[in-house]
Amino acid sequence: MAAVATCGSVAASTGSAVATASKSNVTSFQRRGPRASVTNDSGPRLVSIAGTRPSVRNGQLLVSTGLPALDQLLGGGLAVGTVLLIEEDKYNIYSPLLFKYFLAEGIVNGHTLLVASAKEDPANILQELPAPLLDDKCKKEFDEDVYNHKTPESNIKMKIAWRYQLLPKMEIGPVSSSRFGHYYDASKRMPQELIEASNWHGFFLPEKISSTLKVEPCSLTPGYTKLLQFIQNIIYEEGFDGSNPQKKQRNILRIGIQNLGSPLWGDDICCAENGGNSHSLTKFLYVLRGLLRTSLSACIITMPTHLIQNKAIIARVTTLSDVVVGLESFIGSERETNPLYKDYHGLIHIRQIPRLNNLICDESDVKDLAFKLKRKLFTIEWVQDNYLRQERNIYPPGFSYLLKQKDSAWGEGSLQHSTFLMSFLAKATAFASRLVRHSEPLKQNGSGRIRQAAGPRLWHDGRRQEAPGLLGIPP
Amino acid sequence: MFVELNNLLNTTPDRAEQGKLTLLCDAKTDGSFLVHHFLSFYLKANCKVCFVALIQSFSHYSIVGQKLGVSLTMARERGQLVFLEGLKSAVDVVFQAQKEPHPLQFLREANAGNLKPLFEFVREALKPVDSGEARWTYPVLLVDDLSVLLSLGMGAVAVLDFIHYCRATVCWELKASILYLMQGNMVVLVHDSGDAEDEENDILLNGLSHQSHLILRAEGLATGFCRDVHGQLRILWRRPSQPAVHRDQSFTYQYKIQDKSVSFFAKGMSPAVL
Repeated sequence: MAAVATCGSVAASTGSAVATASKSNVTSFQRRGPRASVTNDSGPRLVSIAGTRPSVRNGQLLVSTGLPALDQLLGGGLAVGTVLLIEEDKYNIYSPLLFKYFLAEGIVNGHTLLVASAKEDPANILQELPAPLLDDKCKKEFDEDVYNHKTPESNIKMKIAWRYQLLPKMEIGPVSSSRFGHYYDASKRMPQELIEASNWHGFFLPEKISSTLKVEPCSLTPGYTKLLQFIQNIIYEEGFDGSNPQKKQRNILRIGIQNLGSPLWGDDICCAENGGNSHSLTKFLYVLRGLLRTSLSACIITMPTHLIQNKAIIARVTTLSDVVVGLESFIGSERETNPLYKDYHGLIHIRQIPRLNNLICDESDVKDLAFKLKRKLFTIEWVQDNYLRQERNIYPPGFSYLLKQKDSAWGEGSLQHSTFLMSFLAKATAFASRLVRHSEPLKQNGSGRIRQAAGPRLWHDGRRQEAPGLLGIPP
Repeated sequence: MFVELNNLLNTTPDRAEQGKLTLLCDAKTDGSFLVHHFLSFYLKANCKVCFVALIQSFSHYSIVGQKLGVSLTMARERGQLVFLEGLKSAVDVVFQAQKEPHPLQFLREANAGNLKPLFEFVREALKPVDSGEARWTYPVLLVDDLSVLLSLGMGAVAVLDFIHYCRATVCWELKASILYLMQGNMVVLVHDSGDAEDEENDILLNGLSHQSHLILRAEGLATGFCRDVHGQLRILWRRPSQPAVHRDQSFTYQYKIQDKSVSFFAKGMSPAVL
């Protein structure tokens, strides 16, 4: 009943609503709706913040990560008050992209930004943000890409490949702040006027480490201590934790911390296995999460976990973060030359999704995801195509398959290829089922394991050589 | 409180055993549904509960508690529930100097101290009030979760000492004037890191496994992710004080978590498969 009431109230509200709280106790985890708000205000004020929307499952306030595909995989977006941890890929090529998409989304929505880095000046990071795709330029931009002439087909509800409806289509709509997720052009820079119009704070460690900012003694490394103090100051001064009820317009604070845990922050977990500061990073994450839970903010952290020597710390860091996404690029690995992955640049692993205000979470069923950075766009796709299945040797015949088309559904030249493959497989399937029905039971070697998956040899001579054991002749 | 889990554990809120330490353990999956179960179970059993919640905020537990039929805000108001919100207190401790010792005082110390302030907090919270009539049946300490204390700089031995002190206080204590046996229960959650080679965590887990009376172990399936079966629950009853003359009982069930309840079934008997 409670869930229905929330959904009802969510449907009734015009936009995303935040229960305004009395005292200084605003958390984004308070349930929306008149019956749950324990406020001193006269009735619930439906304050909608630009760039946020309530979650379908539990009414949690969500912000976009800047990549609509990633939002979908995370169950709608990143919940306000949580930490998104990106495990960097080996050469740190793609994780800065996700970092910049997050910040660019903040600028487009008018959120306040807090950018912290030990390597690059935050002002330079902001100069390199990707430009949002605007409606007046979109038609020209996408003439080379093949999306536009397939739009009528993309509206057809997919019957067989219904799973691919989960993947976002290329919506070339106007960019406005009322939309939830935006698309960005990685080859262009964000216009200067948008950056200047935004409210941002930068934390560049080499500058701040020498300053005499009054800092409470703490057991963290000085860099982390200063960063925590800085974040807490911004949250308190700008009223993100509800301490200033006179503020007219509520806003979200987007915090971005780059390369946390690297030696540039003064931490040695990437250098030594049992350093003296082995608890600094985990304490920092804990206190940061405490700050986020009590304020209207969301945080993205990129961390070079492949460099951390002590595997136990990685496990602890994962437990202390809310959403954990790992990037694995194919550069330098044997998969780069593998024709199976020639369209993609790497794999993306959703390692953890939090269960917030709920017993269950919106875990997506698709686990094999790959990303690619085309000229302009960063896309995430499901790679469960037939080639990957062959790599894993799980290809029993007699079943129907979800066949991924070689190019995306609205790519060119894909129709012929896919029908060829479908008929190819259909023949093999029919062949296999014929053989199953009339042949003797295959000899089992006792262990019950599948000896060899049916592969191309099925149709070379029309006879089955070694096939997965099928135990009896069906009547 | 999940009715099916009560049936499996053979308890009801009315006639639960006292003086027991229950260990909740999760490996490769999230075992927090067990914490929600025990929290609502003991609140319904009219016990005085001290909940040390180190990993999530109060509103998270209260919203899930409402789905399970208990109201944490009301329990806190009438004094049945003492809630230590770790995340909020950590922010207070780190950014403001505290006058009196704070339960999470160890966050300010560089070296691994001890958890004495936290133990004092627990003892203060579960002290029986001399009001004459006994309002609450017995005290319960619930900790979610202990592995976080290791991440925050405590050594495994310090955490084991804390549990030992708490057990001595909560499970048996004699008051000076009255012979009052405060036979309470304790429920703690520890993560099993598996092959992440977390030695401190392994020490903590093994030490607690030997002390506890009931171990509930939520594991992910060995074959990976499944939409219909979320994991496997192993229930192990132990008698730590008596010599192991008879074998400990152990059952294994698979479970699927739904919006407001958890359904349990024997291995391989998921309704989706049959």
